[in-house]
Amino acid sequence: MSIVLPYPLLTVALTVMWMSLNSFSFGHLVLGLAIAWVASAAMAALRPEKPRIRRPLALIRLLASVIFRDIVLSNIAVARIILGVPRHARRPGFMTIPLEMTSQTGLALLAVLLTGTPGTSWLEYNSNEGTLLIHVLDLDDEEALRDLIKNRYERTLMEVFE
Amino acid sequence: MTDATPDLPLWTSLMVSFFLLVGAGLTLTGSIGFLRFKTFYERLHAPTLGTSWGTGGIVMASMIYFTVTQQRPVFHEILVGIFVTVTTPVTLMLLARAALHRDRSEGHPEVPGSSSLTETPETFIDQKKS
Amino acid sequence: MSLVILSWSVTIAQIMLALAMACACVRMFRGPRAQDRVMGLDTLYINSMLLLLTHGIRTGTAIYFEAALIIGLLGFVSSVALAKFLMRGEVIE
Repeated sequence: MSIVLPYPLLTVALTVMWMSLNSFSFGHLVLGLAIAWVASAAMAALRPEKPRIRRPLALIRLLASVIFRDIVLSNIAVARIILGVPRHARRPGFMTIPLEMTSQTGLALLAVLLTGTPGTSWLEYNSNEGTLLIHVLDLDDEEALRDLIKNRYERTLMEVFE
Repeated sequence: MTDATPDLPLWTSLMVSFFLLVGAGLTLTGSIGFLRFKTFYERLHAPTLGTSWGTGGIVMASMIYFTVTQQRPVFHEILVGIFVTVTTPVTLMLLARAALHRDRSEGHPEVPGSSSLTETPETFIDQKKS
Repeated sequence: MSLVILSWSVTIAQIMLALAMACACVRMFRGPRAQDRVMGLDTLYINSMLLLLTHGIRTGTAIYFEAALIIGLLGFVSSVALAKFLMRGEVIE
């Protein structure tokens, strides 16, 4: 399994991508599988840290709730900051958050989630001390944001990847 | 749009219009914010409006339109959405780290220093160097 | 009726995206630092990619999708290379 097909998820994803770019026919399935197999063999030569997804359902639920709720809400909030007169004085600033997670895949996913959400952006992760530096557009509710990152994002990602 | 599709259902055109206008509006808002914000770190937040649901809206509109007009499920546009969602954080993180590095090496007073470096509060040299 | 609604909203969306590209261009010219210019370029190519997708809806052909995909790929690589250059002074270490 690990020699013939080192990254099954990557192979499936590449095949689906190939077929959706071309057409869903048997010939493209064979061609796409061949290309995906070569690509995942090349990926194995790079030897990245192999992620193990322990609870795929929890991961899917987290991603769906972030895409369809958190990002929508923060889109609205940032659009109001840009266009309208804010109800209170906006206070942008830096924020340091201690992280317990050490899994590289989990950290990468956390970076994508935080930067993809308008209003927070990931600046720097210090792997020696395990602290994360982020910049926040409106530091109005600092405790709620810290709670969101620590208790929802980090906890779920740690359950999934560690 | 003119001769290829003689009859488009009303709900399709309403949905496509809605998603198009939401996506384009969010992208425009993000770019206006990108122009208006004062510091680099605030400007870092503005383009993500366009790359999250700005792109999402336009991709949804395109998917609905081509699915109805070609009468088969068309969803290859979602690849653009996934691609933009995955790549934008990489670009922004690298840019943010580059900006932090440059600001720290110039001793910018407002940027939090890295833990090993002791900060030297120097004069503001922001506007001179480009 | 439905075609009129669609053509008007596509036109409005294209105008909005063109304005967004203009904003990114102004920021790219004004700077003030190199990282602002790189981020302006990044925003500019994403906006132009969205404009191409919208143009695909206007003409009803799927060929613009592939152009948009290529713009996305090349723009990402160029932005990352420029950001690396800003950080270290060289692209490949």
